[in-house]
Formats: sequence, C-alpha cells, structure tokens
Amino acid sequence: MTDQNNEGDLVLEGPEEISQMVRARRKRGASVLEVFLDNKLALVGSFLLVAIAVFCFIGPLFYHSNQIASDLNIANTAPKHGHPLGTDNVGYDELGRLMVGGQSSLEIGFAAALLAGVFGVLWGAVSGYFGGIIDTIMMRIVDALLSIPVLFVLLLMAAIIKVNQLNLTLAVAFFAWLVPARLIRGETLTLRTREYIQAVKGMGGGASRSVFLHIIPNALGTIVVNITFQVADAILALAALGYLGFGIPPPAANWGSMLSQGVTYIYAGEWWLIYPVGILIVLTVISLNFIGDALRDAFDVRLQGR
Amino acid sequence: MTRFLVKRIGQSIVVIILVSLATFTLLHLLPGGAAKAELGVRASPSAIRAFNMVNGYNRPFLSQYWFYIDRLVVHHNFGYSYKLNEPVSTLLSMDLPKSAYLSGLALFFTVLIAIPLGIYQAVRRNKPDDYALTGLSFIGYSMPTFWLGLLLIAFFSVFLRWLPPSAPQTPTISGSLTDPKAMILPVMTLTIVGVASFSRYMRSSAIENLAQDYIRTARAKGVTRRGVLFGHMLRNAVLPIVTLLGLSVPALLSGNLITESVFNYPGVGLLFWTSTQVRDYPVLLALTLVVAIFTVLGNLVADIGYSLIDRRVRLS
Repeated sequence: MTDQNNEGDLVLEGPEEISQMVRARRKRGASVLEVFLDNKLALVGSFLLVAIAVFCFIGPLFYHSNQIASDLNIANTAPKHGHPLGTDNVGYDELGRLMVGGQSSLEIGFAAALLAGVFGVLWGAVSGYFGGIIDTIMMRIVDALLSIPVLFVLLLMAAIIKVNQLNLTLAVAFFAWLVPARLIRGETLTLRTREYIQAVKGMGGGASRSVFLHIIPNALGTIVVNITFQVADAILALAALGYLGFGIPPPAANWGSMLSQGVTYIYAGEWWLIYPVGILIVLTVISLNFIGDALRDAFDVRLQGR
Repeated sequence: MTRFLVKRIGQSIVVIILVSLATFTLLHLLPGGAAKAELGVRASPSAIRAFNMVNGYNRPFLSQYWFYIDRLVVHHNFGYSYKLNEPVSTLLSMDLPKSAYLSGLALFFTVLIAIPLGIYQAVRRNKPDDYALTGLSFIGYSMPTFWLGLLLIAFFSVFLRWLPPSAPQTPTISGSLTDPKAMILPVMTLTIVGVASFSRYMRSSAIENLAQDYIRTARAKGVTRRGVLFGHMLRNAVLPIVTLLGLSVPALLSGNLITESVFNYPGVGLLFWTSTQVRDYPVLLALTLVVAIFTVLGNLVADIGYSLIDRRVRLS
C-alpha cells in the first residue's frame, strides 16, 4: 500500500507493544535465558567473554612465560618465534603479560561489581522500603557521593593507601554501589505498593521478610543488568588507573600500565606494545556491554541510567 | 514552580555540605596528618605544632570543620600548594578556564552531532545503517578514553603527520587561537566518546517518542515528516539529553583528566594528576571539592532546565 515506504514510517509500535512481543514470547514458554540466547549480540558477547577468561586464566597453563624475572637482553624485540607478541621494555614476554594482566582486571572487576551490587541493593531496598526521613537521608548521602568525581577520588585513594588487589576492589566498589542503590530504591518504591507486599504486612511479616523474599527477587532483572554494566565500568576504571600509574605495581601486570609503558615507544613504531593490549581491553568491555544490553532486553525492564 | 525550585536548591545545599564534610574527612585520613602533608615528611615537631595552631588542627573535629568552611567561604582561601609554591586559588583560576574551554568545546560538538545522529538512527531503526552506527557507538563507549586518544595520535600524528600530538601549552586559552590544530585531537577524543553515549540515549528517546500518539495525530493532520520530527518530537526527545548534560559534568571533568594527561593539556585534570604524583594534598582536596560543587550545580541546572521543559516534573 502507499503506507509502505523504504525509509521506515515515523509511526511505530509503542513500547507497550514491543514489551508485549517479548512477553508473548515468554508466555510461549521461552524463559529469560531463551530470549537472551536468541539475541545474536548476546551470543557474541558471551562467547567473547568466555574466550577472554579462558585466555587469561587457562592460557598461562599452556603458554609458559616468565613473568617474574626480566631479561633486558631481549627487551623491545618485535614478534618472532618464541615471543608471538614480542617483548616489552624490560624484557617480559608480551603475550604472557597480557594473560596475567587480564587476570587481575577480570578478578577485580567482577569482585568489585558484586560487592557493590550487594551493598547497593541492600542500601536502596532499605531506603525505598522505609521511606520518609530514612529515605531522604540515605539518598542525600548517595547524591553527595555521586557528585564527587570518581577518578579524582580513586587517584587520591591510590596515592594514600597501598595499592593491592583487595584495596583496589574496595576502592572501585566504594563508588560502584551508588548507581544500584538508586535504581533499587526506585524499584522498591514501585514494588512497595503492590498487593503482595501489603499481604506480607497484613500477615505480620516484618521488613526483612518483605525486602529479602519479595522485593529483591522481583527486582532481580534490574540488579543483574546493572551488575553486568558495573563490571564493564570497573574494568575501564582499572585500566584508566593503571594508565595513570596507580594500578597494581610491577612486576604484577595490568593492562593499563602496559599501555602507558607502550606509549613511549609509539614513535619507534613498536606496535605490539600498544595495539594488542588496547584491543583486548575494548573487546572485554564490549562483550560485557553486549551481554548487559541483551539481558536488559530479555528481562524486559525499563531502566534509567544506562 | 517556586516550591519545586526551593526544594531543589535546598537539596543541593545539603549535598554540597555533605560533600565538603566528605573531603574534609579525607584530609584527616592522610598519612601523617595535614601538617606533614603540607610541610613535608621531615618537618620538625615545632613546625608541625605551629602549623596546627595556625590552621586550627588541634581543635575538636567540628570546630576544625567550621574553621575550614570559614576559611573557604569567607576568605576564599583554598589552601596553599607548597610543592608548586602558589595558593591553590591562583592555580584554579589559571587551569579551570582551560578545562572548561576544552569540555565546553567537546560538549558543544557532542550535542551538535549526537542529536541529529540519534534522530536519524531512530527514523532508520533496524536498517543496516542503524545497526552499523549502533555498532560504532558500542565500540565508542567501550573504549577507554586514553586508548582512543592514543589511536588518534597514532593515526593523525604519527602516520599522517597532519596534527600535532599535544595540545596547546599556553597558560591561557589564547593558545587555541595561535595553534588551533593542536586543539583538534583532544576535542575529537572527548567528542567521540560523548557522541557514542549521547546518540544512544537520543535514539532510544526518539524511538519512544515516535511511538506516542501525538506523532500519529500530527502525521494524520498532514504535517510533513520534517515538521513532525523537528517541530514536535525534538522538544520531547531532547529531555534525556538535558539530564545527561547535567550528569556529564563529573564524567567530563574525569574524562578530561585522562584526555589532558594524554595530550598534555594544562588544565584541572592534568594539575590533579601531577599533584597526585607528588602527593600535593592541599591541591588535590581543593580540586575534589571544587569539581564536586560544580557537579552539584550542573545537576541542579539540569533539573531546573528539565522542569522548565516538561511541566509534569514540577508537579511531582
């Protein structure tokens, strides 16, 4: 008909209709997992993430390289037999360093995101459930901390405390919990008015019962999506800290500091110090973003913030 | 409207007070105390005592805090950098305009590009070019800022030799007038990252709006395609961008830190980084507080702007 045109008409199905399409699929028996797996980007992202994790954690078992003793004789050599990605400026094998560096990035990223998720969810749920003055105070604290520039304070903390894996996890988690807290507070405010929560109260159930058994399970979609994005953000933040010189100190490897070391050789054309690391960081973060996006679609939740 | 304004401004004031309390507490977490931080690790005990008495560090916590606020607000004294031998307020007055200039330029171009791009993607949703642009956006905001900066340097400075690899080094903004090519790469870095996230929000906001009934009505009335897009939808779809603009103040200043260090642009971010390396705590804390206050103000402006555009917000 004349309505059909190749540019795509301006009028389209509303978000309710799109949600209905997803819900219809879900009703046909498709679970969240199935909708998730249907999404091609999700598959790509999941595959990539698993591949990177295997590369970082299982790789060193097969590809042996010495990451403790450096050999200055072979510093700055181009990729060749024995060193597939060349060596860096103190003689460490670059490929092995990529693997070990990834270990700390992934570990800290996931640990910080989980820690922040748990704490943020509790904070937000309590704040939203009780409301009133408690809610106001708790959310003002969140607002205040959200206003402080994260990188600045992370640098400040890194300058004050000793930088090791645990401290970095705590430092990154210290800022990461703010966004889930806000999101879950919003969800709690919505869910609080539902009948089943009123029923719990009517049956004499206390706050902890409502929050842990009812509200949090129903907000699980939001929580999982947010935690996925938090991991991506944490890995980016760690790379930035490493680049600025405040990551875990050598001989431990971390991707950010590998990049900052490689930069000094950019004019010498030593590409193997820069491109593999950078591409690996981008691939890790992209895979997490794909997964998070697909999860968000699969859980069919309207989220703010990302 | 005034009730909303008063409530909102009151909230911002409370948040600013909490932020100042937080930065003041950080000052006390410093190893060796603030005295050793400013005077150096080998300061003599008498010098430390004198410093503490002058600056009030031997008083109870709350009266110290009051002293700190009084010094800050009434005397405009942000502290003194013993490493750079200048009052922090001088350093701020030199570097803040430059950072603001860089952020301002980047934000200007970001909004200029992202809004039409988002609308274009919304109109051509699920077509190949939408997918391609979405893919590029994904890559754009998955990339660490410093990596993007390095790639741009590698391509434009090392390979093509078109643009200089570092930003103008002059103490004032005039450097961008004498050496305009040098500003291109830093601004491009920030703009690309900004466009990547802004255009996604714009796209989803535009798609949501295109589903609304008023679009259907306008088209039925016979309004042209362009008229509908720019006359009706734009105003409503732009709302998340307004919020984003306010929320992007801290991200801009932090992202600035990385971009400024990659391109060696002498702004607030680079000042913060060099101060971190030499542990210049007065500068660090003052900068954190200043940036935090700007963030709160940015959010306040965004909220007020949002409520001006969307009347429903005022009633909530």
